[in-house]
Amino acid sequence: MFLDFFLFLKEKGIPVTLREYLDLLAALDKNLLEYNVDDFYFLSRTVLVKNEEHLDTYDQIFGVYFKGIEQIQSSELLNIPDEWLRKNGERLFSREELENIKSQGDLESLLDRMAELLKEQKERHQGGNKWIGTGGTSPFGAYGYNPEGVRIGQDKSRHRKAVKVWDKRGFKDLSQDEELETRNMKMALRKLRILSREGRTEEIDLNKTIKSTAKNSGMLEVEMVPSKKNVVKVLLLFDIGGSMDDHIALCSQLFSAAKYEFKHLEFFYFHNCLYENVWKQNERRWEEKTPTESVFNTFNDDYRVVFVGDASMSPYEIFSPQGSVEHYNEEPGQVWLQRMIEHFPYFVWLNPVPKTEWKYTQSIGMIQKIMKGRMFPLTIKGIEKAVGILKKKDKGTPVV
Amino acid sequence: MIKFQGTADYIASHDLSVAVNAAIALEKPLLIKGEPGTGKTLLAHEIAKALNKPLYTWHIKSTTTAQQGLYEYDAVSRLRDSQLGNDKVDNIANYINKGKLWQAFEADEKVILLIDEIDKADIEFPNDLLLELDKMQFFCYETGEEIIAKHRPIIIITSNNEKELPDAFLRRCFFHYISFPDRETLKEIVAVHYPNLEKQLVENAMQLFYAIRNQRNIKKKPSTSELIDWIKLLLVGKINAQELDDVMEGKRETPFLGALLKNEHDKAILR
Repeated sequence: MFLDFFLFLKEKGIPVTLREYLDLLAALDKNLLEYNVDDFYFLSRTVLVKNEEHLDTYDQIFGVYFKGIEQIQSSELLNIPDEWLRKNGERLFSREELENIKSQGDLESLLDRMAELLKEQKERHQGGNKWIGTGGTSPFGAYGYNPEGVRIGQDKSRHRKAVKVWDKRGFKDLSQDEELETRNMKMALRKLRILSREGRTEEIDLNKTIKSTAKNSGMLEVEMVPSKKNVVKVLLLFDIGGSMDDHIALCSQLFSAAKYEFKHLEFFYFHNCLYENVWKQNERRWEEKTPTESVFNTFNDDYRVVFVGDASMSPYEIFSPQGSVEHYNEEPGQVWLQRMIEHFPYFVWLNPVPKTEWKYTQSIGMIQKIMKGRMFPLTIKGIEKAVGILKKKDKGTPVV
Repeated sequence: MIKFQGTADYIASHDLSVAVNAAIALEKPLLIKGEPGTGKTLLAHEIAKALNKPLYTWHIKSTTTAQQGLYEYDAVSRLRDSQLGNDKVDNIANYINKGKLWQAFEADEKVILLIDEIDKADIEFPNDLLLELDKMQFFCYETGEEIIAKHRPIIIITSNNEKELPDAFLRRCFFHYISFPDRETLKEIVAVHYPNLEKQLVENAMQLFYAIRNQRNIKKKPSTSELIDWIKLLLVGKINAQELDDVMEGKRETPFLGALLKNEHDKAILR
């Protein structure tokens, strides 16, 4: 019963497992419902969907699958909380367009419409305007209007053809691979554990207790220590915009994995090279800047600094004053990079560009040199190596 | 079968009652997420009231460990007692302090267990509770007892999304997202709290409230609980419908704005 529906969900990227399916059957078996579709919709949603990010996809799939069952109104099907729509939709659609899509309701036309929008966007892009996704809102953590959105981004970057993807591959399952990848990333990042005893004393220190009890001529003298905790603190610095657009999917995976693994995680954005300012919200990058100097003052030197960027730029942006493509910088980027790594002796650079292509870009070599060889490709292997290096303080000599 | 339909003081939307009833029937923990102030924590209290069952609340903090929910062994006081020659010492069970889960498991009737704000805890916390929530049993090493729930409690877990929860944990739960109530439901909710309000006042207050909520750049949107507090202040301050009208026409500032917006940035936007 409903096996097809279940498989359909899985195919479309909702991470359901056998367990959820059995739960659904059990729930139906209990006669919880009065056999109307509304209730079935609510029940199945509760049992099958475990994350609000998947709710809108679920709603659409449900609508498509149970098309023709008239009791469900489309308003209920597309019961998407406004905020997620905005979060995900902002990148691609204006508000009106979103309204439009919502009123169209069914998946087919929705996808068609989306393809159309993408086409338009592509053309505008070639015309010289910036992609909406790049100029505007933060690319991290949002996968577009539906999970397939990522695929668009990726394929675009590889083949430079946005629309063709939609013909067939737009529906290809993606979430699963991605899930796997974040999982691998999480495991790789997990190795960055620095256990230390800090804070409230809550464990009994047996050795010390015995010693002091003995000293105390047998009268009990309890000694406590704080329990061991992972105290690693991480500062992520993301290159954003421009050539980094091709790597958005990968970077957002890294970000979500890091957010999951580290309790003390801070992040900032920069563009191409590090200069005197960094920022936290890309859409407000001109209004809400943080002076790089104050980053030094705010975070002490036990923060592990991870730069994420393709390090692909014109060499002027690194070594020359006023070399930045975006603003007037008094001091060259390399000065700021130097200061950064002088203040934070634990640092690495993760580069989403495949290592085999590094030698074709001059600036990558330059940054690699400034980073004293601490640049690694943004792959699982690369992260593992980087994590190993992050535990070691920079002593001036290049690694590798 | 036990069914939850909301209570006189708590309006549960239909999808929420379906979710709660499914969790009760299948004896699965129910994970509740949603905007702050939409009544996540309150839900457990209301279920307890509606079903007339006792409620055990376990508030999670950043330092809470899973073990604390099961039991804690107080070795220090046992050592001290041994020095003083207390008879209690011989029985280790005297030094086991039962946690909320243990209490809920050994209760003589079905109880409701609220695990509040699970996302505040360390990332390993949910993983440490997998077996306990699945099988509703655990092992006490000190006494060698196997604690098995007499009646599987109804477990409500709330999260504010500060951390992601692991997949293995999610698979063991049912999930419901409390979305912000629509206008009609919100009116019902207000009516439940203040049954004798003047109609026009409610109408105007709601209109203002939605106008503020729909401001785009607001960082922390006011939610149900803020609305309720605000209306209370309006009543205390004897603000009438006409005055709210004036606000909408821009003749005066919103009274008691601090009850709705909790940070300076948001207030500045509104002005």
